[in-house]
Amino acid sequence: MRTNLSKKKIEDDFVKKIEEISGQKLLACYQCGKCSAGCPAVGEMDILPNQVIRYAQLGLKDELLEAKSVWVCASCYTCNVRCPKGIKIAEVMEAVRQVLLRKRRDHVEVPKLSEEEKACVPAIALISNFRKFTS
Amino acid sequence: MKVSYYPGCTLKSNAKNFEDSTLCALRELGVDVKELSRWNCCGTVYSLTTDDLMRHLASIRNLIRVKEEQADSVMTLCAMCYNTLKRVNERIKADPESLQKIHKFMDEEKIAYQGDVKVRHLLELLKEDVQFETIGKKVKKPLGNLKVASYYGCLLVRPKEIGLDDMENPTILDDLAVVLGAEAVDFPFKTECCGAYQTVDKPEIIADRTYQILTAAQNRGAEIVSVSCPLCAFNLDHRQKETSKKYSGFKRIPILYFTQLLAIAMGCQEKDLRLDLHYVNPGPLLKEKGLI
Repeated sequence: MRTNLSKKKIEDDFVKKIEEISGQKLLACYQCGKCSAGCPAVGEMDILPNQVIRYAQLGLKDELLEAKSVWVCASCYTCNVRCPKGIKIAEVMEAVRQVLLRKRRDHVEVPKLSEEEKACVPAIALISNFRKFTS
Repeated sequence: MKVSYYPGCTLKSNAKNFEDSTLCALRELGVDVKELSRWNCCGTVYSLTTDDLMRHLASIRNLIRVKEEQADSVMTLCAMCYNTLKRVNERIKADPESLQKIHKFMDEEKIAYQGDVKVRHLLELLKEDVQFETIGKKVKKPLGNLKVASYYGCLLVRPKEIGLDDMENPTILDDLAVVLGAEAVDFPFKTECCGAYQTVDKPEIIADRTYQILTAAQNRGAEIVSVSCPLCAFNLDHRQKETSKKYSGFKRIPILYFTQLLAIAMGCQEKDLRLDLHYVNPGPLLKEKGLI
């Protein structure tokens, strides 16, 4: 895959926004990959958790906002507790989701869920899902 | 011993088996449980953003309800409620500026909450106050070496400042199971995420996780898997339907709340276990073992 890097992208407001919402210093990450090694969701991800951080460092906004990975992350915190630099990767995942949700681009469209499915899952699942995946 | 109890939404519906078994077991242990007379949803998940304080209000309102009843601590059963209430509490204690903003927003509340309610999980109460040794002495029906794999999931043990045991190798549920006369089965997926709320829009992911987690427990000889979270319970129990469809060699296994095991050992009745709420019926195995 060819990736175009530019100073303009790295200095873009998008990088600052991710850092601000997540409260994390993206450049602290030295790409050891421990987050991806322990993540139970990598099998369903298109870019790995360490790559999410890398893309964010480089301001690859379009690639990140299109990534499936942030919606597959269930905030289980395995990455957070194992990161040798203390970076909270789950918070960065949340920040990327929030950038989209704050533009009202919901990941889960509640009216499209079947009545049968809504009736079968417990309240705890519905509330947590909607709080994470809808604006 | 008196405790204030915050149930949360699912304990009153899908996880009534969690609540009923707990209340019966605690009665037998001499713990006087008082449910908060008013409470609301805790929010279920802790907001990971730095700037969205609104998401913390639901939890803070519940902690204010605890103060209104002159209590200084509150007990939860659900791992998600425990994690959310406790993290919000820690967050506002560490961030007085946010707390000020929250007070201004909630000016209709009579108490300006300062973070001084202690949020505790039932397991902490059992270990620190009642104590496992005492529980062991009060066992009326030992679990007959039932092979129990304890599944901790995520929110009881992570992050570190919230978790009530070792993050990578917790043993509190296993220790309790042994006290009750069960055989604890250690297995490598005990803290691996079940997929949580992905169950709503991506149930196929849950089928994969359930297969991995439960097969790993069975490979170590488990006869049942015990849990402490209503969402884990739903995924590991009810989603066995989808798991069976996806994996032809999958063998179903009953899922019980650890409190149902505690209730059995304390001599509670079968009605307190609410086995009708399970997808995989634990009844036949429990009968075979002479436990119901």
